[in-house]
Amino acid sequence: MTALSKLLWGGIAVFGAIALAVVALSRGETINSVWLVVAAICTYLIAYRFYGLFIGRAVMQLDANRATPAYRHNDGLDYVPTNRYVLFGHHFAAIAGAGPLVGPVLAAQMGYLPGTLWILAGVVFAGAVQDSLVLFLSTRRDGRSLGEIIRSEMGATAGGIALIGVFLIMIIILAVLALVVVKALAGSPWGAFTVMTTIPIAVIMGVYSRFIRPGQIAEMSIIGFVLLMTALIFGRSVAESPGIAPYFDYSGETLAIMLIGYGFVASVLPVWLLLAPRDYLSTFLKIGAIAALALGILIVMPPLKMAAVTRFIDGTGPVFSGALFPFLFITIACGAVSGFHALISSGTTPKMIENETQIPFIGYGGMLMESFVAIMAMVAASVIEPGVYFAMNSPSGLIGTDAVKAAATIGSWGFTVTPDLLTDTARDVGETTILSRAGGAPTLAVGMAEIFSNVLGGKALMGFWYHFAILFEALFILTAVDAGTRACRFMVQDMIGAAIPAFRNTESWANNLLATTIAVSMWGYILYSGVIDPLGGINTLWPLFGISNQMLAGIALITCTVVLFKMKRQRYAWVAAMPALWLLICTLTAGLQKVFHSDPAIGFLSHATRFGAALAEGKVLAPAKNLGQMRQIVFNDYVDASLAFAFVLVVVSVLVFGLLEIRRARANDRPTMREIGAEQAGMVHA
Amino acid sequence: MRDSTTNLRWGPPAASNLKTLVSRIRETSRLMVGIPDYDRYVEHVSTNHPERPIMSYREFFDNRQQARYGMGMKRCC
Repeated sequence: MTALSKLLWGGIAVFGAIALAVVALSRGETINSVWLVVAAICTYLIAYRFYGLFIGRAVMQLDANRATPAYRHNDGLDYVPTNRYVLFGHHFAAIAGAGPLVGPVLAAQMGYLPGTLWILAGVVFAGAVQDSLVLFLSTRRDGRSLGEIIRSEMGATAGGIALIGVFLIMIIILAVLALVVVKALAGSPWGAFTVMTTIPIAVIMGVYSRFIRPGQIAEMSIIGFVLLMTALIFGRSVAESPGIAPYFDYSGETLAIMLIGYGFVASVLPVWLLLAPRDYLSTFLKIGAIAALALGILIVMPPLKMAAVTRFIDGTGPVFSGALFPFLFITIACGAVSGFHALISSGTTPKMIENETQIPFIGYGGMLMESFVAIMAMVAASVIEPGVYFAMNSPSGLIGTDAVKAAATIGSWGFTVTPDLLTDTARDVGETTILSRAGGAPTLAVGMAEIFSNVLGGKALMGFWYHFAILFEALFILTAVDAGTRACRFMVQDMIGAAIPAFRNTESWANNLLATTIAVSMWGYILYSGVIDPLGGINTLWPLFGISNQMLAGIALITCTVVLFKMKRQRYAWVAAMPALWLLICTLTAGLQKVFHSDPAIGFLSHATRFGAALAEGKVLAPAKNLGQMRQIVFNDYVDASLAFAFVLVVVSVLVFGLLEIRRARANDRPTMREIGAEQAGMVHA
Repeated sequence: MRDSTTNLRWGPPAASNLKTLVSRIRETSRLMVGIPDYDRYVEHVSTNHPERPIMSYREFFDNRQQARYGMGMKRCC
C-alpha cells in the first residue's frame, strides 16, 4: 500500500467509526439518518477492500489466467464474457427484491440499532461471503447450480435433501410475498386498481413486442411506464368515486383467492404475453425506485424518529413474536444474509464472468449493494413517527380497528400518538385507514412518501408517492409469484417424475396443469391461512420464511466449508464455517422455538394445544368465530409446526453429510474437489 | 478496451466516454431482463461457427426470453 492509500483507508476507517459511534451510542436525542448511511458505506468500503479481496486472494486463490465458463463455452447466448460493471448490474438486479425492503421494516420494532448492526455484521461476515464463495464454486464448475454442486461434492442423498429444502423454501417465499401484497391492497381501491391495471398494461406491452415491434425492449418499456403512471394518477379518482371505488375494494380473503387464480393462469400462459413484459417493468421500476430512495435520503437527510433500541427486544413486540436472539437474525434475512442468493450466484452470473478475479467485485460487492438497500429500508421505517409505525404493523387483534382505541393501546406501550395523526396520515396517503397494514410494504411506502414528498410535491403528492411505492413493490412481488410458481411447477414435475418418469414430460398439458395445481395449492393454502390468521399472518409466516431462507444460507455455507476442506484449504475454512455455525445456531434455535416454545405466541404446538383444549370444551377463542374456525386454526398450527420441523431436519442432515465429507477429505492427503476447467489452458468451444 | 490517454484531452474523447457509458447502461439494462448483446452473438457465431445458421434478432429475442422465463425464474425475496 502506498502512503496515500494508507491515509485514504485510515480516513475512511476513522470516519466510519465516528458515524457508527454516533449511531450506536446516541440515547434519547434524535440523530440524522445520514449517520446511518455514512456508517454503512464506510463499513462496506473497508469490508470489501480488506475482507472481500482477502477472500479472493487467499481463500479462493483466484487465477487470472484460468479460462472462465464464459470463454470455454462461449455461445453468445447463455455463456458470454461480459464487462464486469454490466454483470454487476445484472447480478444486483437478480438478487435484489422485496426481501431487503420488508425484513428491516419489521425489525424496526426493536429500534433501528439492533437491525442495523446485524445488517452490517451479517453482510460482511456471512451474506457477501456466501454469495461470492458460491459464485466461485459455480464458476469453477461450468456454472452449475447449487443443487448440482451439493450432489457432486457431498453425494446424491445430500443433494436430494437440499432440493426438497429448496422446494419448501420456494413455497414459503411465494406464500409470504403474496401475503405482503394482500396486506397492502386489502381495502385500498387506489392500490388494487393500479396493481390490477398492470395486467392489461403488460399484455399490451407483450403484444407490442411480439407483433408490432418485435424485441424493442426500450420502446415497450416506455409505453408501459407511461400507461402505468397514468393508471397511478387515475387511481386516486377511482378511489374517490363512490360509484367505482367499491369495485376495487376487496377483503383480504378475496384478494388471496384472486392472487391464487392469477398465479395459476399467469404461470401457464406463454411467457411473452404477461410474465416477461411485466418483469421488464418491474425490474426497471425497482432499480429506479432504489436509486430514487438513495437520492431522496441524501437530499432530505431526514432525522430518525424511532428510538435506537425499544423495549420490545424482550420478545413482547406486536410485529413479530420472540426475543432479539434468535428472532432478529431470522427476521432480517435478505440484506444481511440470504440463502436464496446461493441459487442466483450459481445461476446465470457464473456463466458470464470474464475473469475469475472479478468474483469478489460481483459476488461480494453485489451483496454489499443489496445490504445498502436494507439499510435504506431501515431508514424509511425509522423516519416515520414510531406511533404510526406501530399502528401500521400491529395486528388488529391487539390494537383494534379504530384510531382512538389504537392510539390508546400504542400509547400504553410508551409510544405517544394521537388518533388524529393516525387518521391524518391515512388521508395524506389517500387511504381510509393505515391500521394493521402489516407486511412491511405499506410502512416502507409511508416512509418513502415522507422522503419523496419532501423533495417533490409536498403533502399534495404524498398519496401519489405512497401508491407509487406500493405499486413498485406489488409489481415485482407479482412477477416473483408467477415466475416462482412456474419454477415450482418444474420442480414438482422433476420430483414426482423420479417415481413416475412419464410425469417429467414438460410438453404434456395434463402434466403441466396438474403440476401447476399442486404448486399453486401449496403456496395458496399457506397464503390463505395467513390471511385468516388471528395475528395477521405476517407475524406467523415471516419467521418461517426467515428460518427457511437462513437455513438455505446455512446449507450453502456448509457446502463451501466442505469444498474448502476438499481443496486442502482448511486453513481458511473458518471464512465459511464461522457464518455457517452462526446461522445454524440461530435457525435451529428459532426453528425449535417456533415448534416447541411454551408461549403460544411463539410456539405452534403450544398454540395448537391451547386452541385444541378450548375446542374440546366446545369453547370459541377469539379471533375464531365458530368451532369450524377453531379446528382450522389448530390444523394450521400443525402444518406450520411440521414445516418448521422439516427445515430443521433438512439442515441437520446436510450438516451431518457435510461433517462426514470433511472427515473423508481430511483422511485424504490430496485435493478431492471436483472442479472443471483447470487442465484446459486454451479456450475450448462448445 | 478504452485508451487511457484519451482521458487527457478535452472535447471528443469526453464524448466518446459518454458514448461508452450510455452503451454500457443500455447493455446493463437489457441484460437485467435477460437479453445479451445481439451484435456480439452475431459476431461470435460468424467468427467461430460459420457453418451454423445465425438467428435473426427476432428469433434471438424469443430464444432469450424463453430461456429466461420458460422454466420459471428463481427470484429473490
